[in-house]
Amino acid sequence: MMRASDDRLTIYERSRPGRRAFVAPLLDVPERALDELLPPELRRSEAPRLPEVAEPEIVRHYNRLSRRNFDLDTGFYPLGSCTMKYNPKLHERVAGLPGHARLHPLQDPSRAQGALELMWKLQQSLGEIAGLPHVSLQPSAGSHGELAGVLLTRAYHEDHGDRRTKVLTPDNAHGTNPATVTMAGYEVVKVGTDERGNVDLDDLRAKATEDVACLMLTNPSTVGLFEQGIEEIERIVHGVGATLYYDGANLNAIMGICRPGDMGFDIVHFNLHKSFTQPHGGGGPGAGPIAVAERIEPYLPRPQVIVREGTNGSGPRYDLDYDRPKSIGRLRGFQGNYGVFVRSYAYIRSLGAAGLREVSEVAVLNANYLLARLQREGVAEYLPAAYDRICKHEFVLSGTPMKRALGIKTLDLAKRLLDFGVHPPTVYFPLIVDEALLIEPTETETKETLDRFADIVAEILREAAEDPELARNAPYATPVRRLDEAQAARHPVVRQAM
Amino acid sequence: MTSYISATEAERREMLAAIGVGSIDDLFADIPAQLRLGRALALDAGLSEQEVYDELRALAARNVSAEDEVSFLGAGMYDSYVPALVDSIISRSEFLTPYTPYQPEISQGGLQAMFEYQTAISELTGLPVSNASVYEGPSAVAAAGYVAKLENGRRRFIVARGVHPHARETLATLAKGYGMETEEAPLRDGRTELAPLDDSVSAIILQQPNFLGVVEDVAPLAAAAREAGALTICSCDPIPLALLKPPGECGVDVAVGEGQTLGNRLDFGGPSFGFFAVTQSLLRRIPGRIAGETTDVEGRRGFVLTLQTREQHIRRERATSNICTSQALNALAGVIYLSWLGRRGLVELAELMLQRTAYARERLAAVEGVELLVDQPVVREFAVRLGAPVESVIARCREEGINPGYPLGRDYPELDDCLLVAITERRTRADIDRLADALAAAVATERERLAVRA
Amino acid sequence: MAEASYPDDLLYHSEHDWARVDGDTATFGITWYAQDALGEVVFFEAPKLGAQIVKDESYTEVESVKAVSDVIAPLSGEIIEVNTALGDQPETINEDPYGEGWLIKVKLADPSEAESLMDAAAYQATLA
Repeated sequence: MMRASDDRLTIYERSRPGRRAFVAPLLDVPERALDELLPPELRRSEAPRLPEVAEPEIVRHYNRLSRRNFDLDTGFYPLGSCTMKYNPKLHERVAGLPGHARLHPLQDPSRAQGALELMWKLQQSLGEIAGLPHVSLQPSAGSHGELAGVLLTRAYHEDHGDRRTKVLTPDNAHGTNPATVTMAGYEVVKVGTDERGNVDLDDLRAKATEDVACLMLTNPSTVGLFEQGIEEIERIVHGVGATLYYDGANLNAIMGICRPGDMGFDIVHFNLHKSFTQPHGGGGPGAGPIAVAERIEPYLPRPQVIVREGTNGSGPRYDLDYDRPKSIGRLRGFQGNYGVFVRSYAYIRSLGAAGLREVSEVAVLNANYLLARLQREGVAEYLPAAYDRICKHEFVLSGTPMKRALGIKTLDLAKRLLDFGVHPPTVYFPLIVDEALLIEPTETETKETLDRFADIVAEILREAAEDPELARNAPYATPVRRLDEAQAARHPVVRQAM
Repeated sequence: MTSYISATEAERREMLAAIGVGSIDDLFADIPAQLRLGRALALDAGLSEQEVYDELRALAARNVSAEDEVSFLGAGMYDSYVPALVDSIISRSEFLTPYTPYQPEISQGGLQAMFEYQTAISELTGLPVSNASVYEGPSAVAAAGYVAKLENGRRRFIVARGVHPHARETLATLAKGYGMETEEAPLRDGRTELAPLDDSVSAIILQQPNFLGVVEDVAPLAAAAREAGALTICSCDPIPLALLKPPGECGVDVAVGEGQTLGNRLDFGGPSFGFFAVTQSLLRRIPGRIAGETTDVEGRRGFVLTLQTREQHIRRERATSNICTSQALNALAGVIYLSWLGRRGLVELAELMLQRTAYARERLAAVEGVELLVDQPVVREFAVRLGAPVESVIARCREEGINPGYPLGRDYPELDDCLLVAITERRTRADIDRLADALAAAVATERERLAVRA
Repeated sequence: MAEASYPDDLLYHSEHDWARVDGDTATFGITWYAQDALGEVVFFEAPKLGAQIVKDESYTEVESVKAVSDVIAPLSGEIIEVNTALGDQPETINEDPYGEGWLIKVKLADPSEAESLMDAAAYQATLA
């Protein structure tokens, strides 16, 4: 076992035989012999080697771990395509109310009317924001929503006696798009991007054939630009009978300004952990509801939340509808990540229509302002914008001139930012821009924060002009320095040795 | 209207000037005019914080939660106690608000917690490799099926009828996409009966204990699968694993399951987490995030996300899965909970459930008009057959403040006179006695009603 | 190996693979350029002994921390030996790509296929 200094011990290394936190409730029933209840041949011979630690030390251990994490409540987190906006505290309080938190998912619908009403109203709100009439809340993440969308596409075509084999994705797509397409049994065909950052329409025309089931698109695109040819794209895709799928990763740029449904998209997924403030939790949980056009509705996952108007003056009754013969079926257990729905619903109720529009306006204002700040002398010559256009909620810089002129890579810049107490942008994505930095400030950051970030970047570049080694070996001020990822992958140690 | 935005009017003007445009609208000039909404979204106006709180509280009050009744509902999620330290730790912003740990130097807390979590799951399942968690239980079963397809390229799954109906349905949904057939293996006397397997079978899929609460004898089933060159996938309830022979020792290749009962709330079905553990030979097939141990340039211990070439952001259309989220916060709750229980506590908790369940079985079986569905070993859940209409009996019990369990007829037409009863550590002997009394009265009343009608 | 090198006794494929032909058998590996572009190699997926491989088609993969690369067969044939030492020490592919870092040995289906491969000078010209 590797020796570690005290603040790096795992909970297992803090274990001492005989220590404990848990005290079992009283055994208040007559005790029966274990062998009588569970035959020895079905039982394990040794208890799982969980740690033996008293409660104060468990709390101290995890609090110490927490201090080795950077987080959004502490500092700027301009991680492109992740929409790291403030997570309101109210949401944790309301999600924790016992009527939500201790509600069993198989409770009879007549006794879960508050939960079903909340889900119904969230569906209605998301449908209005997307400009599409029907919503399923079931998918648990963006990529799960994508899978739902491609399976819906398959069900739609098959129901029309149409067997198609390909799905188009732009060459700058998130990796989840092509991975999803394969899982759903289709072949991926990539569509190129033109020099303005838009879908290459000629390439699309050439590849949009009658065996194409769907085009998956993000708008604004993964390079943070509005897809200006969207109307022509819609004509091309629908012209060959394919569906148009909207990856909602970048919805934060356009809420209340324009809607995927009005652009002709048939299926949209939302990331409630991005635009709708579910905390990211260090990688989850999230939720990826989908909104669809009328012609896709029959195939939505089962069950659907529905409302039945009351009779004789009683109020509306909410219910779960399982009777959906054309449904693609379930995508998971129960009804979805309800705790996430509570938070997102609270957010939509707090902001209302005007507030949501303001979110997008300021998200785009902040992004363009930060872009302008970074395109001043001292930065622009090393980190030029990949596309010289007004961006939406995020933008891409290329570190290629920096690498050539200063001898530091995008990775080095990112690592040096850690020493200044800011989280680096997304790096090396999108793949179509060399040495890419994808920067998304979000609407909840102040002008001072944006100015400071631009100043820090300029400072790092100045510093690198004098001594590139400083960035190449960064970070220095973090709990650990650069880690040997090759060693971790060559000889994987994925659990504690005992 | 609540606002989370700082920018003042003056700052907005200053920022627009720096950008070189005249107005916010100019920033959206690239959107074709006919595509712009041109009206406000048809949503209610925003509210103050306290108004939103009141609305959400009123909605909560219209639900009957496990706080409001004595509930014996289980069937995949359980009203287990979440200790206070779990809430305290997972509400820390350092765990609640970061993204996936892409920058390991400033994410050691989350990464080490994942490593500790993986170790706990590995111990529970008896398998050497766990990922950092997936969405939840039933979709983990479907993801495990995809692993089997990639591993052996065969075309059929044999799914035990005792697997959670939501897991069976989710598997069917996804398998249709990736081109696999599913067939069911029936239950005989409450346990899975496996027909001879041929070389078209990619995997057999089991659940331990199964949906009826019965402990399966997994080892011979897994041996039969191995003999036929198929994988064994087993979905497990983690608390009974404290007592049961671990899947790894039974010959299971992929152990998955719903993690809610480990320190997570019911939350009307989510978010929780799914656990996912495999044999060493499937290390490079496992979906999702994995934390691994390494060292930094100064030789200090550290943790990173590892084996990332399996994943969608690198392998794209050839990835082992499209999953790019772990349920990190829920899995953190899981490892805190397991650390709180500790090695002996986990066993004590499982034994308490075992004893109370045995008591409940005995008490209910003694009720006139109630009999056990099968006489097989169970740990925390069991099925009874009622001599009266199940939904009506449930409704009568509810009037007494008791939710007696889950009507099996919803998923198993052949069991439409059966009720599935779950016992957690929160259900005391007194609760169980109340259940027995309520059930006795409800069954008697319903039988009388039927007799009168006849 | 820090410095680029392209030995004269090898034949090269445009997908950055080399072949050392010896009668009707040959040894295959990846070139200095390929291992440099990939970065630190962390995994070599050992192909199965006896498998038939086809010229210009992928027969296995090598992985670095953040990339996966197909390995293309420069010639067709049957795999008769696999460098199993790479399982534990995949970094050998970086350290000694033409020596200890060889990948497989093949019984050639058609030795005359070798005529389509490049010599060291021609291959280096494609890298310029």
